[in-house]
Amino acid sequence: MPAWLKRIAIAAVAASAMAGAAAAQVIYHRGNDADPETLDPHKTSTVYEAQILRDISEGLVIHDAAAKVVPGVAEKHELSDDGRVYRFILRADAKWSNGDPVKASDFVFSFRRIMNPETGAKYANLLYPILNAEKVNKGEGKVEELGVRAVDDRTLEITLERPTPYFLELLTHQSALPVHPASVEKHGTSFTRPENYVTNGAYVLKEWVPNSHIRLDKNPHFHAAGTVKIDTVIHYPNKDLAAAARRFMAGELHSTSDIPADQTKFLKERLGDQVKISPYLGTYYLAVNTQKKPFDDVRVRTALSMAIDREFIAEEIWQGTMLPAYSFVPPGIGNYGTPAYADYKDLSPIDREEKAKSLLKEAGYGPGLKPLKVEIRYNTTDNNKNTVVAIANQWKAIGVETTFINTDAKTHFAHLRERGDFDVARAGWIGDYSDPQNFLFLVQSDNKGLNYARYENPEYDTLMRKASEEKDLGRRAQILFEAEKIFMRDLPYIPILYYSNKNLVSSKLEGWVPNLRGANATRFMSLKP
Amino acid sequence: MLPFILRRFLSAIPTLFLIVTISFFLIRLAPGGPFDLEQPLEAKVMENLRRIYKLDRPLIEQYGLYLGALLRGDFGPSFYFRDFTIGELFARGLPVSMMLGALALGFAILIGGALGTLAAFRQNSAADYAVMALGTAGLTIPNFVVAPVLQIVFALMLGVLPVGGWNDGAVRNLVLPVVTLALPQIAVVARMTRAAMIETLRSNHIRTLRSLGLPNGVIVRHATRGAALPVVSYLGPAAAALLTGSVVVETIFGLPGVGRYFVEGALNRDYTLVMGTVVLVAVFVLLFNLVVDILYALIDPRVRYE
Repeated sequence: MPAWLKRIAIAAVAASAMAGAAAAQVIYHRGNDADPETLDPHKTSTVYEAQILRDISEGLVIHDAAAKVVPGVAEKHELSDDGRVYRFILRADAKWSNGDPVKASDFVFSFRRIMNPETGAKYANLLYPILNAEKVNKGEGKVEELGVRAVDDRTLEITLERPTPYFLELLTHQSALPVHPASVEKHGTSFTRPENYVTNGAYVLKEWVPNSHIRLDKNPHFHAAGTVKIDTVIHYPNKDLAAAARRFMAGELHSTSDIPADQTKFLKERLGDQVKISPYLGTYYLAVNTQKKPFDDVRVRTALSMAIDREFIAEEIWQGTMLPAYSFVPPGIGNYGTPAYADYKDLSPIDREEKAKSLLKEAGYGPGLKPLKVEIRYNTTDNNKNTVVAIANQWKAIGVETTFINTDAKTHFAHLRERGDFDVARAGWIGDYSDPQNFLFLVQSDNKGLNYARYENPEYDTLMRKASEEKDLGRRAQILFEAEKIFMRDLPYIPILYYSNKNLVSSKLEGWVPNLRGANATRFMSLKP
Repeated sequence: MLPFILRRFLSAIPTLFLIVTISFFLIRLAPGGPFDLEQPLEAKVMENLRRIYKLDRPLIEQYGLYLGALLRGDFGPSFYFRDFTIGELFARGLPVSMMLGALALGFAILIGGALGTLAAFRQNSAADYAVMALGTAGLTIPNFVVAPVLQIVFALMLGVLPVGGWNDGAVRNLVLPVVTLALPQIAVVARMTRAAMIETLRSNHIRTLRSLGLPNGVIVRHATRGAALPVVSYLGPAAAALLTGSVVVETIFGLPGVGRYFVEGALNRDYTLVMGTVVLVAVFVLLFNLVVDILYALIDPRVRYE
């Protein structure tokens, strides 16, 4: 046999042997939105990074299959009477993937690391409720001043600036995940490489090929390794949603992180209940420049909002992958009741149009008066374009002339943030934690970066401040509801749609529970052959 | 020949320098920066990030630093894919893109050349019209249509090939992306070969061969030389484009090439990635233009470089 032929023969035998070994393994092919910017939990900021980090790391508390907050590394916790000091007791069997025990001091290291401005953590401000966190992150204090301390190896104490009812929810975020101090110190920025990465979750990073896949293998040191049924999970970055759907149909993916909106009907017919659409913690809205004439007139803003046929947009443009929104805070959020819906929610479209016309007339616009001209700015995507065009069409019915400016996302949001001139602009907000404050704080007058509407209402600010000082959750919810009522009356932002989770989930994959957070950890799932 | 090649290499340096300089300043004109999210960063954090990536220095100093690093072959860290340097991203992605591109290019030359020659010899026959129709179709149907159609037919309906994925470069995974990349090139090469071949077949030296009653095989061999010239000059830039990856093909088939970085780098304001891709393409274009010139001299005895 010639040498080259021998080599091929050996390779073929080896390949078939490996295929045989792989067959015994349960491999979950999981679609994700994109490649992570980084797998350093303290530098990440996106949900697709969270999907991976949720599999490889475990925080003090975690989201269970239904996104309820349950114990993670901390088996239990106590809250002091003044609501400011959390004491976490770490489980005795919590281990890093190299066998080291997970110690309270590891969490101290991690919290100090994310707050240290040298780290350049994009989402550090999420943890500002921790005592002195803001000071440290702004470089005005030393990391040792941070309100996180290890009482002993298994006891961690976190002191807060003030009672924060959503603090445990915050701790489920990737920014609160621990890193392994020794390997971070040893490897510096390359500690996230597969060969270096020591994590404490159900899986460990095995392989990362940008633009191709990220392979995670089961972590034998994980404290609940016995309950983990899937041996290997491979996350694929799927930028092309239609291609991802085809890969799903061919059985190459067991789940996808999104579906192409324009194919929803076809996919539902073809795949039945493998198409999963469920409410998500986010709102798609139009920001209105409340400092610019004539949009400073609340009647104009109300008329614009009333004239939008949200049901049409949700059903026809988004094919039911978004839900019509009549409040800014999405329903089902934690620490809240029913959101403050707009009073025209249940009016018929014709009545709404009439009312909108008369409001505009009062404001001095309409037939016989001057026409109202609106320029909508949006970031370019097909669905955004279709949405604003539909809105312009609906506004035409009440005599509004609409023009458009579209740019790429970076340009769009930089323009809004830097207070560039605009009339109406598309934006969206995905909650970082399940609490109404995380939505309503957007238009506080001191929120320089996100209050695109330049909304200033002392009454609203006062309510938001009162809510932040209120310890009783029921009363706090009531105060926030009052704030949202003002929001919906003044409409600095016009809510259009609520986001939803859109997934294709194979019928072979069990344990995928749709939830408001879109948090589906692989460790809770299993695959039928 | 050697002095010519050397001269071309030297003259490429100022061209590259100009391209790098213009791109460096152009990308900075785009609004927003690499660390902008919807939610603005804490000022201190932003300041630190800018310091870490040396964005706080005066632009001209950054330019100097970049040029210096580039001369040492260092493309810098990626601002967006923070766990990788640009060099690492290219080292992983470029072999993939080059492999796909080279295969597509090979098919384009072989199949396109053969079809074009066939059409020229059977001018105005059914075969000729078929090739011309194929050529028009291959050129006018964009790859973002071809790719999904191929996926639907061969993966979903027939189930003989995977929809996508790299799978360490397994042949099964290469077929559809290579075909997608090759189709428009086959079309162009076929049309160009046909036109050039018809032209050559009318030339005096081929008529002489024909009048001597030589078999078609010999005539093809002699005509190919003359007909190859315009095709070769087209293939230079085409090869540079093919070998540096295609964002559409790589995205639809989920392949780990460098094609996606052209778009992602720009959209993410990943300055170093944008610069890296610019340098990459520039080098490829310059290199392949040189290759074309050399091939010219080899094919056409009338062309001599002193």
